[in-house]
Parts: sequence; C-alpha cells; structure tokens
Amino acid sequence: MADKRSALTTNIRQNVAFYSAIAMLVALYLVYNMLHPRGFSAAVLIQNSNESVAIVFLAMAQTVPVLLGGLDLSVGAVMTLANCIASEVVNGSPLQIVLGMIITLATGTAFGLMNGLIVVYGRLQPIIATLATGAVAVGLALFIRPVPGGNVDDDISWALTNDLYEFVATYGLFDADAGWFQTISWIPVPLLIVVAIAFGVWLPFKRTVTGRTIYAIGSAEGAAYMSGLPINRAKIAAFTLAGFFAACGGLYLAIQTSSGNADITQAGAYTLNSIAAVVVGGTSLLGGVGGAIGSLVGALILRVISFYFRIVSIDPLLQPLVEGLVLLAAVSLGAFRTLRVKNQLNLFR
Amino acid sequence: MPTDSPIVQLSGVSKHFSGTRALEGVDFSCRSGTIHGILGENGAGKSTLIKILSGVLQPDAGTVEVAGKTVRFSNPEQAVASGIVCIFQELSLVPDLSVADNISIAAPPRTRFGLIDKRVQNRRAEELLARIKCEDVDPNSLVRELSLSRRQMVEIAKALGKDPKVLILDEATSALTSRDVETVYGLLAELRTAGVASLFISHRMHEIDKLCDMLSVFRNGQHIETFAKGAHSEGEIVKLMIGREVTAHYPPKPEPVPKPAYLTIDKLAWEGQLKGIDLSIGKGEIVGLGGLDGQGQKELLLGLFGVLRGLQGKVAILDHPCRPGSPAEAKSDAMRIALVPEDRKTEGLMLAMSIADNLLAASYDRVSDGPFINQDKARTAVSEGIAKLQIKVASPDDIVSTLSGGNQQKVVIAKWLMTDPDVILLNDPTRGIDVGTKQEIYKLIRELADRGKTILLYSSDYAELIGCCDRVAVMYDGEIVAKLSGDAITEEAIVAASLNVGTQSSLQAAGARHG
Repeated sequence: MADKRSALTTNIRQNVAFYSAIAMLVALYLVYNMLHPRGFSAAVLIQNSNESVAIVFLAMAQTVPVLLGGLDLSVGAVMTLANCIASEVVNGSPLQIVLGMIITLATGTAFGLMNGLIVVYGRLQPIIATLATGAVAVGLALFIRPVPGGNVDDDISWALTNDLYEFVATYGLFDADAGWFQTISWIPVPLLIVVAIAFGVWLPFKRTVTGRTIYAIGSAEGAAYMSGLPINRAKIAAFTLAGFFAACGGLYLAIQTSSGNADITQAGAYTLNSIAAVVVGGTSLLGGVGGAIGSLVGALILRVISFYFRIVSIDPLLQPLVEGLVLLAAVSLGAFRTLRVKNQLNLFR
Repeated sequence: MPTDSPIVQLSGVSKHFSGTRALEGVDFSCRSGTIHGILGENGAGKSTLIKILSGVLQPDAGTVEVAGKTVRFSNPEQAVASGIVCIFQELSLVPDLSVADNISIAAPPRTRFGLIDKRVQNRRAEELLARIKCEDVDPNSLVRELSLSRRQMVEIAKALGKDPKVLILDEATSALTSRDVETVYGLLAELRTAGVASLFISHRMHEIDKLCDMLSVFRNGQHIETFAKGAHSEGEIVKLMIGREVTAHYPPKPEPVPKPAYLTIDKLAWEGQLKGIDLSIGKGEIVGLGGLDGQGQKELLLGLFGVLRGLQGKVAILDHPCRPGSPAEAKSDAMRIALVPEDRKTEGLMLAMSIADNLLAASYDRVSDGPFINQDKARTAVSEGIAKLQIKVASPDDIVSTLSGGNQQKVVIAKWLMTDPDVILLNDPTRGIDVGTKQEIYKLIRELADRGKTILLYSSDYAELIGCCDRVAVMYDGEIVAKLSGDAITEEAIVAASLNVGTQSSLQAAGARHG
C-alpha cells in the first residue's frame, strides 16, 4: 500500500507539467461554461469539440519530432494536403468512402515517412528539412485543389461531427432511442475519435522499443547510441507518426467543412499553434520529456482560451494581441519551476 | 574457470585518426574467468582498444576473435550479442527515463502484444539492483534524479542485465563511494567464478593491485607487456606505463606554520545537505575535503561559488562578507573566487568550441577594449595559459574535445587561473586523468599555494588528500566530522572519519580538533 502511494507521488512529481495542464484545462473550461449563456449543454460541447479536433491532431503530430529534440514545420502543410486529398476521395459508396479515408491517411503517413528518411539519410536538421518538405506539401495541395471546394459525403459529415445519437441514427445501426443508449448518446463523436486515436495509437506506441528510443534520443542521443538502440528507425518512425496524426487532422477538417482548401496561411498558423500547444502541454522543446496526451490537453487549452472571445466582448482587432498575452502567460507558468530551483546549475539540465 | 583458449584475441590491430595513431599492431588476449587490468596513461590507446572491442570503432587493420571466431562489429549491439558488454566512462544512461527503463533499455521484457511490460521490467531492475546491493534505488525514479555514484551503479546493473561473457569496466569505479567499490569487487570475484572475463581499466593503482589476476600495460598505442599480478612491483609498473622513473608522487609540503585565516566559513547551511559548516582557510594553505561521495562536498564548493540559492550562515574573505549571488559575481574583483567543477564535459568546457575560446571564457573582460575583444591581447593570454600549464595542443583554434582527458582538464584549470583568483576551489580535479598529468596538477596546486592562493580541494582519492593537503576536513552527511592536520592525515583516519565510525586514533584526532 505504502509502495503504491509512493509510486503515485513519484508519478505526480515526475509529471508536474502534465498534471498542472490538466488542472488548468478543467478550470478554464468550467469557467467558460459558467459564463456561457448556454453553458453545460451538449450543443456547446459538440461545437467546441468540432473546432478542436484539427489542432489537437496537429499538436499530437508535432509532439513526436519535438520529443526527439527537433521540430516538424511541415505538419500544417501535411494536414492541408490531406484535407485537399480527402475533399476529392471521401465520397461515393460506403466502401469508396472507407477507401478514400485510407488513401488520405496513407498519403500523410507516407509524407511523414519521407520526412524521416530525409532527416536520417540526408543528415539534415529536422527544422530545415521539414520547412522545405512543408512547401512541397502545400504545393501538391494547391495542385490538387487550386480553388477551395470539393465534395465530401454528406452523411459522414453529419454523422462524425455530431453526437453519438446522430451517428447511430444516420446509419440506422440500432434504435437510437433505446433506453440504455440515453446515458451515452450525448457524447460528441469528434471527442471519441480524438480519444480513440490518442489512446489507441499513442499509448501503445509509447510502450514500444521504438517509442522509448524516441525519448532516449531526445534526452541523450549519445547514451541511446551506446545502449545499442535503433536510432534511425526511431527517428523515421517519429516523423512517420507525425505525418499520420497530421493526416488525421486534415481528414477531419475535410469532413467537418465538407471541402478542401489549400490555404497556405492557415497551414502556417496551424504549424505554429501546434508548437505552442506542445509547450503548454508540458513537452520540453529540448526533447525527452512530455507526450502526445499532454499536447492534446495543451491544444484544448489554447482552443478554450480562444472560445472566451465569443462570450467576452473584446474588440476583434485586439484579439490577436490578447491571445498572444494569454499564451505568454500560459507558457510562463512552466518557468515558475526555475524559482524553486535552489541549485542554479540544475537550471541547465 | 580459466580455459586454455582465450575468449578475446586481437592480432595486429591498428587504428589511426587523421594521421595520429591510436593503436599500432596490437596483439592482446584475455581468458575467461580472469580479471584483467589494463594500464596506461591517457592517450596510450586504452580507450581505443575498448571502443574496438565493444563495436564503437572498427579497426583499420588486424583481426578480432571472440571465442575463436573472427568478428567485425559495426555497432555496440553486435558486440553485446557476442557477449561483450562495456560499462563506459561516459555514462550511457538516458537521464529522462526511469532506472528500470534504462536497465532494460535495449531488450525490454515484452507483453503478449509486443509492448514493454513495465511490471516485469521493474522486477528485473529490482533483482539486478539487489545483486549490487542497491536496494535503495527506486526503479521508478528518473536517472536525472540520482547522484553520480548511484548512476554509475545503475550503469553496472544495466551491464549485468546483458549477461556478459566479457565485461569491460572503463574507469567504472571512479565516482563510486567506498562501500559501492567493495560491492563491485565482490561482484567481479563472483563473475570470475562464473567464468566471465573482466577487463578492468582504472587509474587507481591500489584497485588494480587488489583486483586483477593479469595486467597489461599500454603505452603510445602499443601493447608493452602482459604479466601476472606480482610479477612486477608498483614502481616497475609505473615505469612501464610512462617509460621513465617516477621519483616522487607529490611535491614536498612546506613546514606547517599556522596561517591567518583568509576565507572563513561560519555555520553554512543549505537545504538539509549542508548542516552548519565551520571552516577557515589561510592564505597559502591547501585544505582538503574528504569523505564519501555525496556528503555535501560538492554543495559546499558550489555554495561558496554562488551557485546555490537560500544559503544560511556566513562566509567572509578577511573581514568582508563574501556571499556571491552567481559565478559572475564570485569571479569579480571584489571576491576573486575560481571553481574547477566536477564534470569537465558539462560544467567545465564548451566541448564544441575551440581551445582558445574555452580558455578565455571566464576572462573575456581582461582581453577586451570596451565591448570588443582585442585579438592581440586574446592571443597573448591564450598562449600564456597554454604555456603555463604545458597543455599539449596542435593549435589553440582546435576544438577542445579533440584533446585527451588530461589536457582538457588542464584547459579548465588554465581558464580559471587566467582570472587571477585568490581563492581556488577544486572539485576532484584529477578524476579520470593519467598519472603524468596528475603529478603536474599536484605540483601546480602547491605552487599556487606558495604564491599565496587559498585553496580548497575536494578529492575522492584519499592518497591525494594525504599527499597534497596541509589540512583535511572530512565530511559526513553535510557536516565536517573531522579536521586533520600534519601527521594526523593518515589513510586510516580519513577512512574512519568518512564512515563516521572512527578508530581510537582518529577519534582522538577528531576530538582534538573539535575541542
């Protein structure tokens, strides 16, 4: 018993940044709902979830290269590319739709794989390699979809962007009005998708040797090499996984907006916000510390902060300024640890 | 059990690095069930030999045989697969992963689904740590949170977990506490019975003498001689290593004259790791800090140098209070303190920068006109620094990491001497460097004292404290438990005080000082 408790305190002590991010998210979202005229309603939850999915996926995508100690500047572009591909292929018969989704995700994953190969075998810094490949991805997206538009199956759009009730009703899986279903029918489908991918892909991945090698590289690449870890495989896997998560974001964006849009500005903004979300979620930009679940929370924090602008009256022109200040405050919270450090040498470790 | 055919055999192995030879035509072999010591100054080729054996480097010429089969390792994994496991001098642990993760890092236990099984992994870590009597290390704690000596024990547990046939220990005991060293000795004896060959590299002669069955001496990249323990005396071995007669290990000490206090430390306390330190050091005096690793010696030095926040107590130079808030303040003209830190690779040097930049790092203000660095002054200062410590460099513009360990340490010391300090704090300045350089450093420390510097020297090597210091303060659990001077500085007294158990004579010595 005492052992269990000490294991728990060890866990909390080692993940202070992560747990404080969760606490911050819960507090922010509770206050938001209290201030909102229709707070604590399913409609607000569904709308908020829908608007968060893309950035959550991108933050998770960004996490993996950051854990290596690098940055992936192409995640927004890969998302845009996936978005444009999805707007071409996610329609038709149910089989075609599923196939289209697979094609979309596979393209993003392949793009990530290419990033990884370039970084490992081209021996380039990730930041510069992905700056270049990001431009390539946006170029491809523009080629596929020179003007915004496209066509995504209406049913899937409706089913995946609402609550479970609508999902079941749309496809007539069973009687959506069944009594037992009432308790969970309000849950937004986008929320489930994010949770399923985050916990179904990231957590198992973290427990593989490849996943752990990513942490080891970010923490001490020399020690990782000397321990005989598969360094190249882990780096390639990191960028591949980033490509997959980014494609998830792009696919969802297409489903949500029923269209594709090769918007260069949007791609850049999403990339930068993904870095902010990673930091707010407790992942160190130096690598080795953090995780995608933290970034998920970090991305949600950033989204909730922007939701506040709808219910608090602020001049829209001032919005970027206020957003910047809030972000600065959020990341500064992480710097408080430096005030507690008594041995100033530990600041550099 | 010693067998007739060697487990490892090198024939005609050579390795060159951009023109300089690291190994030249080396024939070397070692047998199962022996502990084989490898001796040689830094730069003698020991590290290269080990790196070739453990798959980090590939030989330019010659063959390596393991258990009769010719092998050519292209990475450490392949060496481990053949049963050759190395505990490196530079630790191979990943600081942000847990102890259990690190121990099983390359081949962790898996669940049915191929994922890492944390529970089995923790149990495995506990078992391995128990084998080296480190039950106090929590497998869940991060390596980052452990002290250097604990990390080294984790490193040993990690190597044990790979089930070695040949275990290479490269200075693997340099950071250990005496108790851990004993544990490692016991472990090596156990492995010998189990038929494992251990290759043991250490700069501590008494360790080699105590442990090894066979000894091999290397010099200038060549294998000089292999012989059974006892075939040569200590003096002869040293001669083989450096190729010249060593007359005295330590420079002679001057007559003990009481010196007026220059640096006075009064009831210094910090975070439960320093518990009221009282110590005064005179001008021209060398005071040694002894004790087991991690008893607060490092914190005391860091505290005096302005690195720690929240210190309590008083420190004064003559009558002026001396409590710097940062290293920048500590080295300023008002205080003139210098610290040669424990870990030269992270705290002492900027490894990727040139020798010249490293030498100037603490004294740019001395070679600058206004905001600009004066190149002439800088060049003069650098060549003075190199000459003063006889640092062997091809060009001051070379990257500092190309130097051998001993010369790197000289760069760190020269860097601080360039600030012309009055108080010099030294944290284990001879760890992991060769005999020749060690002696130069001892001589230098004595010269500095003779020129009126105030010196506080922490050393994990008792012989060094005995040979170098005018007085020795032994620390235990954040306190000074004994102050020894003159003839009372004996190995027995220091060891006893370090363990805070005391024999009759050392208790008397300690009592006399306290009283």
